[in-house]
Amino acid sequence: MAKMNLLQAVNHALQTAMEADEKVLVFGEDVGHFGGVFRATSHLQEKFGKTRCFNTPLTEQGIVGFANGLASQGHKPVAEIQFADYIYPAFDQIVNETAKARYRSGGQFECGNLTIRAPYGGGIAGGHYHSQSPESFFTHVPGIRVVIPRGPYQAKGLLLSAINSPDPVIFFEPKRLYRAAVGEVPEESYQLPLGIAEVLREGTDISLVAWGAQVEVIVKAADMAAEKGISCEVIDLQSLLPWDLETVATSVTKTGRLLINHEAPVTSGFGAEIAASIQQECFLSLEAPISRVCGLDTPFPLAHEKLYMPDHLKTFDAIVACVNY
Amino acid sequence: MQDNRQPAAPLLTHKVEPISNGLHAIPMLAMLDPQGKPYEQAELPELSQDKAIKIHHAMVFTRLLDERMIAAQRQGRVSFYLACTGEEGAIVASAAATESLDMIMSQYREQGALVWRGYTPRQFMDQLFSNHLDPNKGRQMPIHYGDKALNFMTISSPLATQIPQAAGYAYGQKLSGQAAITLCYFGEGAASEGDFHAGLNMAAVLKCPAIFLCRNNGYAISTPAEEQFVGDGIASRGIGYGIKTLRVDGNDAMAMYAATLKAREIAIAESCPILIEAMTYRLAAHSTSDDPSGYRSQKEEQIWRERDPVLRWQYYLQQCGWFDQDAHHQWQSEMKNTLLQAMKDAEIVPVAPVSSMIEDVYHTPPWHLQRQLTQLQQHLERHPDAYDLRCLGEGE
Repeated sequence: MAKMNLLQAVNHALQTAMEADEKVLVFGEDVGHFGGVFRATSHLQEKFGKTRCFNTPLTEQGIVGFANGLASQGHKPVAEIQFADYIYPAFDQIVNETAKARYRSGGQFECGNLTIRAPYGGGIAGGHYHSQSPESFFTHVPGIRVVIPRGPYQAKGLLLSAINSPDPVIFFEPKRLYRAAVGEVPEESYQLPLGIAEVLREGTDISLVAWGAQVEVIVKAADMAAEKGISCEVIDLQSLLPWDLETVATSVTKTGRLLINHEAPVTSGFGAEIAASIQQECFLSLEAPISRVCGLDTPFPLAHEKLYMPDHLKTFDAIVACVNY
Repeated sequence: MQDNRQPAAPLLTHKVEPISNGLHAIPMLAMLDPQGKPYEQAELPELSQDKAIKIHHAMVFTRLLDERMIAAQRQGRVSFYLACTGEEGAIVASAAATESLDMIMSQYREQGALVWRGYTPRQFMDQLFSNHLDPNKGRQMPIHYGDKALNFMTISSPLATQIPQAAGYAYGQKLSGQAAITLCYFGEGAASEGDFHAGLNMAAVLKCPAIFLCRNNGYAISTPAEEQFVGDGIASRGIGYGIKTLRVDGNDAMAMYAATLKAREIAIAESCPILIEAMTYRLAAHSTSDDPSGYRSQKEEQIWRERDPVLRWQYYLQQCGWFDQDAHHQWQSEMKNTLLQAMKDAEIVPVAPVSSMIEDVYHTPPWHLQRQLTQLQQHLERHPDAYDLRCLGEGE
């Protein structure tokens, strides 16, 4: 075990994967000698050479297109998109190529070995072009997996799973936790299962679901609720596609209430999918309407960032309203 | 590699004179004249009689397939078809210059390359009729071929997406230590897509052994090339990206063969991409959903019909004494029968079973797809007469 922040855990996962398999290649804008704008790829070029860790031209569609070709050729590309806000030029390559390569060829060709990493989310005073949470766009695309870690231990274990997964994975990293989240991380290789949620805290009155950086927010809200005698079950979804309906449904069947928290705008956010599925699965167990505490349906603001965020206070208020419904 | 912000003294200018297009006209490589006669100064590549005849057969077969399938579409037997008539020379001759280890990534009008690689009439028909023997399991529209064994990447409809992929594939080939390249086809219309620019630049910077082969056939559906770009064709862009570039008479199969052979040699030896712009003409409609009479004249088509690449190659064979008229006619009539029979056989083969609907989305179908399949199957059981029961069988 070693104490690592989330960034170091990502770096350690990449190093572990590159040591284990020479087919693993890491590339993107500024990821080479410089080690990435957040330093997630620090020292990888020194250790593994310029052919395995390298800078690309500044073209997201080119990066993902190139990665698709490499993956179909038999390599294991880990492509970095510098900010999730800049992933949209690559949308066609992801939606029409990465996700459909296996299906359209009847399994002859595929991009299953591809991992796309991108820092996402607010909290770093990044305004609307350095703060977006675009995960729900990708949860609408059959053929890819969407995975988001909440801390260093999860980041390393889930990233190693993503790299070794036979399916392409979009791996969104909560950048406001890059240095803020610190924890014990095994130095050896380990993998955490994809598609499985984790129940962080058991409770009886309401289930709280979040992912990535918002998990610490619902934990904080659960602490506040506990002081008022409300028992919250806290769930980190970890994988959004495919997602762990069973764990959430089992929890809601027990607690009778569900609150979903995400940073992305509320309308058509992934919370909508969870709410629809849970009312289908748990209709007779529900004691209150499913509550969504999310970002506003506006572009991500700069000066009003703290007001926009679905923080612990908004979450706490919603918990109370839900329990008193 | 060059940083021209601080040019050396000879590059300085003190006059405001914008540089205009066409300062250096790019020549077009030509080896056979329209009568199939080699130009005097042309240095023809080594080509055996067998290979020359095989190239001819692949071109003629492609045309026969196209004619057969356009007729079949008119008869309502297939929903869609797309011919490469007029471009067989550019496609077959370039494919003939590759090795079987080389990956081919095509746009959608390159069935001639697949013919060259040995795709059989029956394999074409299984894909065109979307039956369960189609390796794509009937999931894509007709003409979206793909064959792993022949190193022919499955076609996708979105234009130019294969271009950055070819860069990545070629980089992977290089890292794997293979003396192999990726041959990537696309049209001059597709070269307007962002992926073209992204892909060529990636390939140049990352030194990927890929051949980017643009079929400049004059039209993107109805849009003529002069409404697609203003610069000196597609070739000038290759030079801009620092990529070695050739412009070739696409209807001159010998020039296409020579150019691709050389391009392959350079791509492997120097580990770099090459751009070839094949100047040709789409004699066919864009697809069976298109009617060219609405946007171009018969007179224009006639000019290009006289530059038919298949006929030019036949003239060349005749001059070499390699063309046997009777044998060719016999072969051609056998091929027509083979195609007809393959079509009759393929069109009665059932489509893939319902259970295949959730296959190949992920490596293993996840819970939600399994659940959706179960729901669909239960629905079909409740309404056994409402849907085409061909899809309920487990294939043949």
